Amino acid sequence: MARIGVFVCHCGTNIAKTVDVDRVAAAAARMPNVAYATTYLYMCSDPGQNIIKEAVKEHSLDRIVVAACSPSLHEKTFQKCAEAAGLNPYFSEMANIREQCSWVHSDREEATAKAIKLVQMAVARAYYDQELYQSQIPVHRRALVIGGGVAGIQAALDVAASGYEVVLVERTPSIGGRMAQFDKTFPTLDCAACILTPKMVEVASDPNVKIVTYAEVESVSGFLGNFEAVIRRRARSVRMDACNGCGVCYQKCPSKKIPSEFNAGLGTRTAIYVPFPQAVPNVPVIDRENCRYFLTGKCRICEKVCSAQAIDFDQQDEILKEQFGAIIVATGIDVLDHSIYGEYGYGRYPDVISGLQLERLINAGGPTQGILKRPSDGKEPESVVFIQCVGSRDDSKGFPYCSKVCCMYTAKHTILLKEKHPETEIYSFYIDIRSTGKGYEEFVRRAQEEFGVHYLRGRVSRVYPRGDKMVVMGVDSLLGQQVEVEADLVVLATAAQARSDAKELARKLNVATDRYNFFTEAHPKLRPVETLTAGVFLAGACQFPKDIPDSVASGSAAAAKVASMFSKPFLLSEPTVAEVLPLTCVGCLNCQSVCPFNAIDEVAFVNPLTREEKKVAKVNEGLCNGCGTCVAACYSSSIQLRGFTDEQIFRQIETALAP
Amino acid sequence: MLRLVTRPALVIQPDFATEIAAAAKTPLERCIQCAKCSAGCPVGFAMDYLPNQIIHLVHLGLEDCALGSNSIWLCATCETCTTRCPMEVDLAAVMDALRQKARQKAGSRAGGKVGAFHDAFLASVKRFGRAHELSLVGELKLRTRDFFTDLGLGLKMFLKGKFGLLPQRIRGVKQVRGTFRH
Amino acid sequence: MAENTYSYYPGCSLHGTGKAYDLSARAVCRHLGIELRELQDWNCCGATSAHALDSWAAIALPGRNAAIAERAGLDVAVPCAACYSRQKTCEKALQEDQQARERLEKEMSFSYTGRARFKHLLEIIVKDYGLERLREKLTAPLTGVRAVGYYGCLLVRPPDVVGFDDPEDPRTLDDVILASGAELANWYAKTDCCGGSLALVRPDVCGQMVARILQQAKEAGADCIVVACPLCHSNLETRQPMASKLLRTDFEIPVLYFTEMLGLAMGLPPKRLGLNTHLISPRKILRRKPQAVGAAATVGGPAQRGPERQEEVAGEEEADG
Repeated sequence: MARIGVFVCHCGTNIAKTVDVDRVAAAAARMPNVAYATTYLYMCSDPGQNIIKEAVKEHSLDRIVVAACSPSLHEKTFQKCAEAAGLNPYFSEMANIREQCSWVHSDREEATAKAIKLVQMAVARAYYDQELYQSQIPVHRRALVIGGGVAGIQAALDVAASGYEVVLVERTPSIGGRMAQFDKTFPTLDCAACILTPKMVEVASDPNVKIVTYAEVESVSGFLGNFEAVIRRRARSVRMDACNGCGVCYQKCPSKKIPSEFNAGLGTRTAIYVPFPQAVPNVPVIDRENCRYFLTGKCRICEKVCSAQAIDFDQQDEILKEQFGAIIVATGIDVLDHSIYGEYGYGRYPDVISGLQLERLINAGGPTQGILKRPSDGKEPESVVFIQCVGSRDDSKGFPYCSKVCCMYTAKHTILLKEKHPETEIYSFYIDIRSTGKGYEEFVRRAQEEFGVHYLRGRVSRVYPRGDKMVVMGVDSLLGQQVEVEADLVVLATAAQARSDAKELARKLNVATDRYNFFTEAHPKLRPVETLTAGVFLAGACQFPKDIPDSVASGSAAAAKVASMFSKPFLLSEPTVAEVLPLTCVGCLNCQSVCPFNAIDEVAFVNPLTREEKKVAKVNEGLCNGCGTCVAACYSSSIQLRGFTDEQIFRQIETALAP
Repeated sequence: MLRLVTRPALVIQPDFATEIAAAAKTPLERCIQCAKCSAGCPVGFAMDYLPNQIIHLVHLGLEDCALGSNSIWLCATCETCTTRCPMEVDLAAVMDALRQKARQKAGSRAGGKVGAFHDAFLASVKRFGRAHELSLVGELKLRTRDFFTDLGLGLKMFLKGKFGLLPQRIRGVKQVRGTFRH
Repeated sequence: MAENTYSYYPGCSLHGTGKAYDLSARAVCRHLGIELRELQDWNCCGATSAHALDSWAAIALPGRNAAIAERAGLDVAVPCAACYSRQKTCEKALQEDQQARERLEKEMSFSYTGRARFKHLLEIIVKDYGLERLREKLTAPLTGVRAVGYYGCLLVRPPDVVGFDDPEDPRTLDDVILASGAELANWYAKTDCCGGSLALVRPDVCGQMVARILQQAKEAGADCIVVACPLCHSNLETRQPMASKLLRTDFEIPVLYFTEMLGLAMGLPPKRLGLNTHLISPRKILRRKPQAVGAAATVGGPAQRGPERQEEVAGEEEADG
């Protein structure tokens, strides 16, 4: 026997308009095992919850059924309410008579009958509820930050400042990410390196942060609070403890023609190199695929000139196995390769470049020392055309989304060029201007009003060479006229896209990516830095293109989530997970093969009666997400999902089918 | 119902957009007015409304403006717009749909000289099953009452033997005529 | 059936103003051992006029040809780019639009299996026959002739209908030019529209479009323009006087069908190729003496990608010669 209390919510008019809640309560009062039934306007409110608590006391209820909205909204609310009333929180059930009834039907009679049926089913299920308790999970108070761009750096700084250890893993030889490649930043026109390098130095010297560069995360196992990551630190061929950063090695290196990744394919670097002068750590790396010694066995000049004897050609990759409680993914974005556009030259015209490449050309640390020389003949351009939305807002060849930052960085480019060479003719072809941050709209207006940049509304159809100029075939849709501009240099604002290996990393971390391979957040509005995998957080543009302020903010937000996690003595795990009944389990491990979370292990079990040993399945409760797939796959019904047992579900079905 | 009022007041046809989209079998509602079509249109210099403006007119239901433009007849169906449109709108098909709609409403008056050319061409096809150039040109001159354009050129071509003198009527000409009846 | 046998769909123009194309196509194919069997009782494909005014006729006219081709059972060689475009559009409808296919099969009394594919003659010669084999037959290279390849619109657009070559930077005509031993000039009007059917009724508009193309050909230093469509040929030739007037210059650039160029490079007599019917005389090109058989027979490598292509090709020639 049980004493179930049924509480039917009006939800204002959301439910009551279509469902006769009083009749539902009256019907509920007559159901078996129901000791009390009532209605209220808003059950989730404080007075509503008080009604429940008082009813539990007054009528000695031992289970509650709340007929209201979806459990995805208020399951926790009513579980806490039951707990406050002195009951085990898992003796609380919900019948969804809103999303699954009043919101999808219009006939009052039929809707009310369905609501009553739903309550009946919930009551039948509640009868079989068991006492369940959350278990404690220990937390390893160390965070892993994957990606050393500004978002990752900020996240590492904030977690470290909260008093916890951080390991920051970066794939390239230096931290800094995309921001290190920028010349100036909008809208303040701060020099990017000047504002970033202090943060880089800060994070490098923070005693709580260990930076591991030229390294990648190979695999991650474990669960919330208890992750183990295997990190491969690639061999730099330079001993970090010996190198003093003098730089003689890369000055003397004879292999000088390797395309520079940092300079976005413009300009070259040597085989032993640091990506940029302010690199952190300021220790060079030997690119073994292009180093003469590794290719032919000859050279070793760097070794000869190194005064610190830091060159080590025999250095091996190092595998680090580390434990973490939380992981922050901050791997950033790539830039679309515009060679897919035949109408813009298939990447074959040297004077048609991307925005990132222009950034490197005008930067003092770039391939032309900051003097804007066009790639084909080194001439300083007298006319420059900017084409926005290349690859963005393009369903056919690129991506349908807007890359968010291009309108701003294009305006920035035009201002920077005009500042240095006011006589340059600059045209910018746009579809819309998206300047939604603080000071952003005013910044774009400056480009037009103060610097005289001509903004023409219309997407460019084609760019082709004529003589030593590029002809841009565009249109001004405000005038309704086709326009043709002859330019010395054409700059394409190419789309920001997810990194090519984002999906692979997501798989390693067991997190989802969307159709563009950006990491998927737990809720697009309310949980932007969490994922649906507990313990894994997101920061920066790997979730979606962002400008610097948003990247920094999300880095701090992710760090706050981690710090709050680490601040608890232990974490609590939901008990509604699967459980194996070893007596009847035959050890076929079918459950293991279907489990999407790798949460089932094989263990030995000794039957207490017969003393026979057999292998059986066992659920790792920390990893189990309670999806129930294993229950469906078990041939011997030896695995059950707590809170969703076969018995409960069958009773619900029977109730549903009964007249 | 679109409650747009234009000055001067123009008649708005609320179903025009869906009708043309269905006839052209293309999702023209996806157009974001980026105007890449207009930027690359080789005949754009002669049009009164550029291709993106035609799509806009269709969106708004301004049927008379769209059907009365010279753009739809000057369009050479070079397919540049269709190939480059980032939203994969088949503008060439939209132009065909608009031409056919114009003819539906105004008969053979719609289309001026260009329309007359198409009529002359198809008249030849209906007569012989194939387009016979000499009679086609003759028919065109009659329809447009323009006898002097290209007279010298025509003579030159004739002397070079570029015109097949006698038209050949194919055996299956009835089947060909049947394709126009429906 | 020999592997080099095709049905042949000349199209209306090739029996009229495009006669030279028909003559040269047949002559070249005979020389290559490609047998062309003209489709029985074929009809007009409808060209631009049908799809402008009547969307069913636009599919049904080429549909009748598709039925004839199906019965003949061979792939069909189509020299005219416009006819090719219309037939491919119909082919796509037959493959993807079940309603259209059922109606066509009923009205034209046939059952579509797709075994008779419509291919442009350029594709057949360059891809099916192959450049390697072709080069062996080109024994009278057009050394010293500088040519540009003009593809026009319907041969390459839209790529999902016709696409056997790139819509922005196609190379098949360029390959033919190089194989013929001529010098390939680099230019950027390859796929600009010539005005199509506007020629007769809006010569003012057409003239401007042709002027743009000719100007670029002139700037590229071309001795001639090579085409693969009789309407493009007609427009580029007949509108040259108007284009000259518009740009206050004097264009006299002969326009050759690619089959005429190949025919010359095979050493075939110009009259057999129809070269005497051109309005703009190709005499400059005809004056070149064809070289003896065997000498530099393998000039001209496959078209390379890259703006430095000319220098690369020159390098290859030196290596071979």
